Amino acid sequence: MSTLLEVKDLKKHFPVKGDSLFTKEMKTVKAVDGVSFTVNKGETLGLVGESGCGKSTTGRTILKLVEPTSGEIYFRGENITSFQGEKMRKLRKEMQIIFQDPYASLNPRKTIEQIITEPMKIFNIPKRDRNKKLNRLLDVVGLSSYHKVRYPHEFSGGQRQRIGIARALALEPELVICDEPVSALDVSIQAQVVNLMEDLQEEFNLTYIFIAHDLSVVHHISDRVAVMYLGQIVETGQVDELYKNPKHPYTQALLSAIPEADPTIQKERIVVKGDLPSPSNPPQGCKFHTRCPYAEEICRTVNPALKQVSTGGQQAACHFVKEVVEEY
Amino acid sequence: MKDETPILQVKQLHTHFFSKSGVVKAVDGVNFDIKPGETLGIVGESGSGKSITAMSIMRLIPSPPGKIVNGEVLFKGEDLLKKSEKQMRKIRGKEISMIFQDPMTSLNPVLTVEKQMIETILTHENMNKSQARERAVELMDLVGIPESRNRLKNYPHEFSGGMRQRVMIAMALACNPEVLIADEPTTALDVTIQAQILELLNKLQKELGMAIVMITHDLGVVAEVCDRVMVMYAGKPVEFTEANSLFANPKHPYTWGLMNSIPKITSKKEKLEAIEGAPPDLRALPQGCSFAPRCKHAMEQCLTIDPSITKVEESHHVRCLLYEETEKVIST
Ligand SMILES: Nc1ncnc2c1ncn2[C@@H]1O[C@H](COP(=O)(O)OP(=O)(O)OP(=O)(O)O)[C@@H](O)[C@H]1O
Ligand code: SF4
Ligand code: SF4
Ligand SMILES: [Mg+2]
Repeated sequence: MSTLLEVKDLKKHFPVKGDSLFTKEMKTVKAVDGVSFTVNKGETLGLVGESGCGKSTTGRTILKLVEPTSGEIYFRGENITSFQGEKMRKLRKEMQIIFQDPYASLNPRKTIEQIITEPMKIFNIPKRDRNKKLNRLLDVVGLSSYHKVRYPHEFSGGQRQRIGIARALALEPELVICDEPVSALDVSIQAQVVNLMEDLQEEFNLTYIFIAHDLSVVHHISDRVAVMYLGQIVETGQVDELYKNPKHPYTQALLSAIPEADPTIQKERIVVKGDLPSPSNPPQGCKFHTRCPYAEEICRTVNPALKQVSTGGQQAACHFVKEVVEEY
Repeated sequence: MKDETPILQVKQLHTHFFSKSGVVKAVDGVNFDIKPGETLGIVGESGSGKSITAMSIMRLIPSPPGKIVNGEVLFKGEDLLKKSEKQMRKIRGKEISMIFQDPMTSLNPVLTVEKQMIETILTHENMNKSQARERAVELMDLVGIPESRNRLKNYPHEFSGGMRQRVMIAMALACNPEVLIADEPTTALDVTIQAQILELLNKLQKELGMAIVMITHDLGVVAEVCDRVMVMYAGKPVEFTEANSLFANPKHPYTWGLMNSIPKITSKKEKLEAIEGAPPDLRALPQGCSFAPRCKHAMEQCLTIDPSITKVEESHHVRCLLYEETEKVIST
């Protein structure tokens, strides 16, 4: 397996106006605060966490839809962090994004044909090839050629998401960042789109970063998972291992909070106290300590680093999880 | 102990919207009852008529274009559909309260929480202002808002999403309602906060004994909190039973489809079993069973005969031709 993308200590800090109306004091929101991970060719990395934890910003920073504050991004081994202009434009061909809201992400005044072929036009693909490709794309995402002349409002949510997927695939990207691609859909339609994404991954050997707050969908689609909390990755590992044996108290709480559609499952629920702290004023030390049932003195001052917690490559950032050193 | 007489009974409710492009049969023959202390789930996809059912009970259907064209809503035996608007105003917020997905639909952004709570309390209860203020503090404590007395002075936007939901619940409970209708109260919340709110509702129900109608699209929430459940599809109930038997022994092909489409974290399937197609246009429902175009079990007659509700087991009702040979209880 080869590494397609590597992110090293990525940070994105946004300046925001302070709470007070009377001073011009600026604060920073540390939306992404030192995130590192790799994505292998052909795999799906799930990025999960609650609202405001920085998952979407991580995705957008990789595509440089927002400029990183610091850190490095390597794509196929090349450092792309400082790519600009033409170089970045070329790279966009290889990295595409699918958004959550199928309603807002499609231009209402353009036909489906215009929407899907637009990226191909930008890259000067000849008209003949464009049309051929369009038909093929409609076919793979399960739409018909008579849909070409229609406008987004004439489609259901699930169909619009298919249109968004077709557009993202138009340039045959290697990496697709999927930002909550099925969150706005009803479950029956969600399953259709998830299945479609899996089929396309196989057919075109796509690599996905799948960003979502729904842990069940992430479990289904991902090979590996990274759990984020307030701008940092608190746990990461192979999907089965991480879900079966979560080591970080936050991952444990998240997993135990999912209501399962089966009344016979009696889960030991870890209810975390309180609210998510504001990302503009995150706690010192371990960022989870204000809600963690196991927090101790050290947690209030020292932010734990990710460390190896299983022989299968699972990592967690918690003072009280035992480090597992691999034996050679 | 649960009292066996229903506090609320909905019978043959039909609510339609008369739009230029046709009649939207948003709710088309809904029947259910709920007893004190019980939690009834209404589950279904977007547009299946869950919210319109709730708003019909509260008599909050915008008219025109909407109209309750048929049915009865019996609250303690009296038909709410026959009440005047003035009588309804006494019932709403006092005897039957409603909470929403977005707390801002029931909170006023320019008034402090204290002002709004006191106003609600004074509308319905015979209290003076300082008694009402004490009641407001009590309610804030009840729903677990720390530093209740100080927080009352805040405006709604000064609370986080989860806390705002608690404020809305406190307002809805201000007058000890007998029925609480909760329309997707946790849908917009993160799972850890959702768990807190569901736990809170459960605790409050135990303490106060109200009946809860829990509207949700999440079968997980149903499994967690509901005693009985009604599954809706295209404006009609398609299955109605105890929550346990819905999960242990689902009967309707649409319910099967729903259960198979959700990924589970306890087991992993190669492929999700999606329900093909999309819900029908409520202005032009297919002849026969509304689910037929998407149903894997559809038979010849499903395309022409609209199934009626059939009792398949004690307190398990299904609207599907697969079961029609069993006893019919209600025909439409
Ligand atoms: N003012 C209106 N005019 C016309 N049709 C309406 C109006 N309000 C609701 N409807 C229609 O009534 C149907 C049922 O809507 P309802 O809001 O009850 O669905 P729901 O089950 O609550 O869905 P969701 O899960 O999206 O909240 C929908 O097709 C909707 O478009
Ligand atoms: S470091 Fe401390 S506060 Fe953080 S997760 Fe571990 S035990 Fe909890
Ligand atoms: S009546 Fe027919 S089409 Fe409708 S749910 Fe039953 S089997 Fe399916
Ligand atoms: Mg609704």
